[in-house]
Amino acid sequence: MTDKLGFKPRNWNSHPAYLSPDYKSTALRSPTKPLVPLAQSLSEITGPVYGHESVGPLDADLTRNGATAGEPLGERIIVTGRVLDEDGRALPNTLIEVWQANAAGRYVHAADQHDAPLDPNFFGGGRCATNAEGWYAFKTIKPGAYPWGNHLNAWRPNHIHFSLFGPSFATRLITQMYFPGDPLLDLDPIFLATPEAARGRLVADFSLEATEPGVALGYRFDIVLRGRNETPMED
Amino acid sequence: MTQKQTPSQTIGPFFAYGLTPEQYGYNLTSIAAPDVANKDQAGEHIRIEGQIFDGEGVTVGDAMIEIWQADAAGRYAHPADSRGSNADFTGFGRVGTGTDPERRFFFETIKPGAVGDGQAPHINVIVFMRGMLNHAYTRIYLSDEVEANAADPVLAGIPDHRRGTLIAKRDDSGAGPVYRFDIHMQGADETVFFDL
Ligand SMILES: [Fe+2]
Repeated sequence: MTDKLGFKPRNWNSHPAYLSPDYKSTALRSPTKPLVPLAQSLSEITGPVYGHESVGPLDADLTRNGATAGEPLGERIIVTGRVLDEDGRALPNTLIEVWQANAAGRYVHAADQHDAPLDPNFFGGGRCATNAEGWYAFKTIKPGAYPWGNHLNAWRPNHIHFSLFGPSFATRLITQMYFPGDPLLDLDPIFLATPEAARGRLVADFSLEATEPGVALGYRFDIVLRGRNETPMED
Repeated sequence: MTQKQTPSQTIGPFFAYGLTPEQYGYNLTSIAAPDVANKDQAGEHIRIEGQIFDGEGVTVGDAMIEIWQADAAGRYAHPADSRGSNADFTGFGRVGTGTDPERRFFFETIKPGAVGDGQAPHINVIVFMRGMLNHAYTRIYLSDEVEANAADPVLAGIPDHRRGTLIAKRDDSGAGPVYRFDIHMQGADETVFFDL
């Protein structure tokens, strides 16, 4: 009865520290006291259940879900991969929400002040769900880099934001996917806040197999959520 | 085969059109909202509201809060809770702090029942914001549950001077019950955040 098993802890060798001084906004927004250990109960091993029923017909095609009078500008890409747990088990029918900038590096968000054009045919938000083997895919436009105020001449590398629930409240993850070979990665305080050995897990691989001939380049990005403990929780 | 966890990254400042689009007026359906319970939902209807304060006491206007709770009978809408919850109560809510002039978060929901494992009624909370590379877990306990709170094993493990940061204060002076729950990221009143 795997439903009754708790989850392995957050692996702090994989995740950034809350306080990462080079990313300046962490200074006033990081907890300063140690996290209090909490034994998992039904409250933690349950969680919101979202899957295919939450995905509308165009949600997984960002080249079409914001189109008003044509196609968005930029390089079409397909992002695909598997969602697994730490034991390599596929996580089926699990929702993935994504959001990103357009090809010019501009978000549709009202608070984005970057002086780059909005694209009337690109929204930048979408969602998809994994199939029975844990595979997901969505089509989009490769996001552009954009400047931000962290330090002089700071630019975020190209990235797509991902949000996943997985099977429980404990497996919740929000992360960012980066692109291979991006020279901005070595300069980005958010990416660099990640422990060095874990950074590669945030960078997609170019995939000819996922590339749709004549249409869109493919990128492979697998996501690993916390796995199950081997022994049942105490009641 | 053993796999390693994908690292967490910040939600950033621009999540609203992707994660809370309807609340912010963007043209995408939301999967979840600040309204967690419809009018007919069984249980006591309550409002939860609060503000998030950074290390200088400034309210945070670009955070997202998620809540996960049991229904009035203490049941979670999830396969691991085999008792089954009210059919149309998901128990999940999501809100951004960027639409209220005072940067409040707010949920319209029902008061959760005790799950039945010795814990007092509570609401599970995740905090996300720009400047946080990992989300933070906390819990909302309810100030009117005096006896249950006194017997709660999680609250019992927290030093006296910090326990109050987890207890939302009930206010019955308005049209309906409101629980006030502020979140302090740092300082003397720093909220208890959990590693779970
Ligand atoms: Fe971003």
